[in-house]
Amino acid sequence: MSAPRSDARAPDVLRPLLPALLALFGIVLLLNLISFAFGEAPLATLRHAVAGTWGTPYGIGQVLFKATPLIFTALAFEIAMRSGLFNIGAEGQVALGSLVGGVVGAHLPAGTPWPIAVTVCVTAAAITGAAVALIPAVMRARLGVHEIISTIMLNRIVEVLLPFLLVTVLGATALRTVDVVPGAALLKLDRIFPALRGSAASVAFPFAVALAFGVDALLRRTRRGREMRWIGINAAACRAEGIDVPRRLVQAMLLSGAIAGAAMMATVLGYKGYYELGLGAGAGFTGIAVALLGRGHPLGIVLAAVLFGTLQQAGLAVNARVPKEAMDVLAAAVIILVAVANRAAAKPPVKVIEPEPAAPVVAS
Amino acid sequence: MSSIFSLTMLAETLRIAVPYACAAVAGVWAERSGIIQIGLEGILLTSAFVSVAVAVGSGSAVLGLLAGVAAGALLSLFHALLVERARVDAVVSGIALNLLAFAGTRMSLRGLFGSASNSPSIEAFRLGPTGASGLALLARVLCDPVTILAVIATVATPFVLARTRFGLRTRAAGENPAAAAMVGVDVPRVRYTALLISGAICALGGVHLAFDQHRFESGMSNGRGFIALAAVVVSGWRAERAVLACLAFGALEALQIVLQDQAQRTTGSDLIQLLPYVATLLVLGFAAGRAASPRGLGKHADS
Repeated sequence: MSAPRSDARAPDVLRPLLPALLALFGIVLLLNLISFAFGEAPLATLRHAVAGTWGTPYGIGQVLFKATPLIFTALAFEIAMRSGLFNIGAEGQVALGSLVGGVVGAHLPAGTPWPIAVTVCVTAAAITGAAVALIPAVMRARLGVHEIISTIMLNRIVEVLLPFLLVTVLGATALRTVDVVPGAALLKLDRIFPALRGSAASVAFPFAVALAFGVDALLRRTRRGREMRWIGINAAACRAEGIDVPRRLVQAMLLSGAIAGAAMMATVLGYKGYYELGLGAGAGFTGIAVALLGRGHPLGIVLAAVLFGTLQQAGLAVNARVPKEAMDVLAAAVIILVAVANRAAAKPPVKVIEPEPAAPVVAS
Repeated sequence: MSSIFSLTMLAETLRIAVPYACAAVAGVWAERSGIIQIGLEGILLTSAFVSVAVAVGSGSAVLGLLAGVAAGALLSLFHALLVERARVDAVVSGIALNLLAFAGTRMSLRGLFGSASNSPSIEAFRLGPTGASGLALLARVLCDPVTILAVIATVATPFVLARTRFGLRTRAAGENPAAAAMVGVDVPRVRYTALLISGAICALGGVHLAFDQHRFESGMSNGRGFIALAAVVVSGWRAERAVLACLAFGALEALQIVLQDQAQRTTGSDLIQLLPYVATLLVLGFAAGRAASPRGLGKHADS
């Protein structure tokens, strides 16, 4: 009926890229404004930001390191969001998962071979993350309590519990756990690519990338994953169709929590070798921005995580001139920009007003 | 135990409940008009910061109060514009606002005052009798201009929502935006106004928080916006009940302060800090399933 409207509109190929382009443009513009407000020459700040990230192999390694936990937390948010849930609790799930994973890693026999040590640590962290997510999951699925409030309450609870667990239960003196056994420490990427020397990037990064594609396959190719996505689209229809909606919601939330907990791979196993208070903090919230920017595509999530990893590393590079919190402001701005652009990109270009059909003439 | 039932306890309860009550009433305004608002936390934080920054800069607490309220109202309006005009998911917009407020206040704290943790202290309002007795404490709490404004807003809200033309339109926009639009209510406009009011009331809570401490501290809202949101849900989106829930919460926190004084240096006294959050979860678990949200919450007039 309607002719294709190709005139004066971005070609369809570009439309999915619009949010990403807008985000990049917004980041550069806002960074300039902020450095201007702090009395720094905008271009110099930008140059420092680029030089500290993509300017050196070490910077690139650091970007990948910063991006790794974000991939985990973004995937955690993504799985829940596809099922129609908002898991804002990754922050607490990451923190408690890291603590438990670190403690388990420290208590393994010293000679444990790495495949076993790493598996045990990550599994312990994932189970802990899932356990933190279990409470909001059950409250949502069985009692109808909205998960936003309950996950945030759990974040606060974990925040209070951590120092208590470290000091009172574990008897730590420096708000950190004991070093994990050598077998549990992940291989650093600079062993494979010597150019990255000194950076904290580890094999957790390729693992996270693989996980992104694995999660995508789970959501698309398995019955369980497809049902989760359908529930996200229309829970009432799924209920009518005989799908056990509460069960799937709990599963989605548990999986989300488990992946968030596994983010400790990048920080505890891949970097420090122990857990200390505040390690990995903020990844939960930034992961939300990453998931929104990644738009449900595994590669999109990885690229978005690298973008935010760049921002975080750049924040450290410019910290002497502009507070590194400026990068969190940028992250928030990106969420808003991307959300607006996503809507604009999804909107049909022009609303066509169909002429009213002429009233049928009735022969009198 | 006599310290639990005393004028001091009453004064502490009121003082602590003000930010919660303001945020909860703000939540009722936003959500009764049909806009999901999880950004209350960010509004509390932003208004607290702006009020202190302006009070420090101008030396006037009144100007600080006005600026804080204006900042809260504008941030809230921004949320409404994002949701109503740009059709951004309200939850996403709320998350972004909270992040923006958290990072933005920290960044500005460094920029303006060169500190990562707190601003220089301000005079704020010092009215009422001096002295450490429970009665003097209570009198000081009741004389505080921000508290008085908050009480007025809190008492007026149920009346305005239930009895005025604008209140009726707000509720109509929240219950069934399509039907409201059909009978001639300008739904987006009603929602913008409701969110302006909501932001201003929430900001009173933020200003109270900062003026009460006589300074701004990084992240000082400390989850109050979310607990207030829980109060809104538990109350079934009714302002007067939400305020009662907040008063109960204030009592709980006052009790926590009293208990912490007594339980000092015993094992696990830190865990008393868990009380508000665990209590919120429990109350939500018992009450949330039964409360009915506004039927048009999160819906637009034309979809």
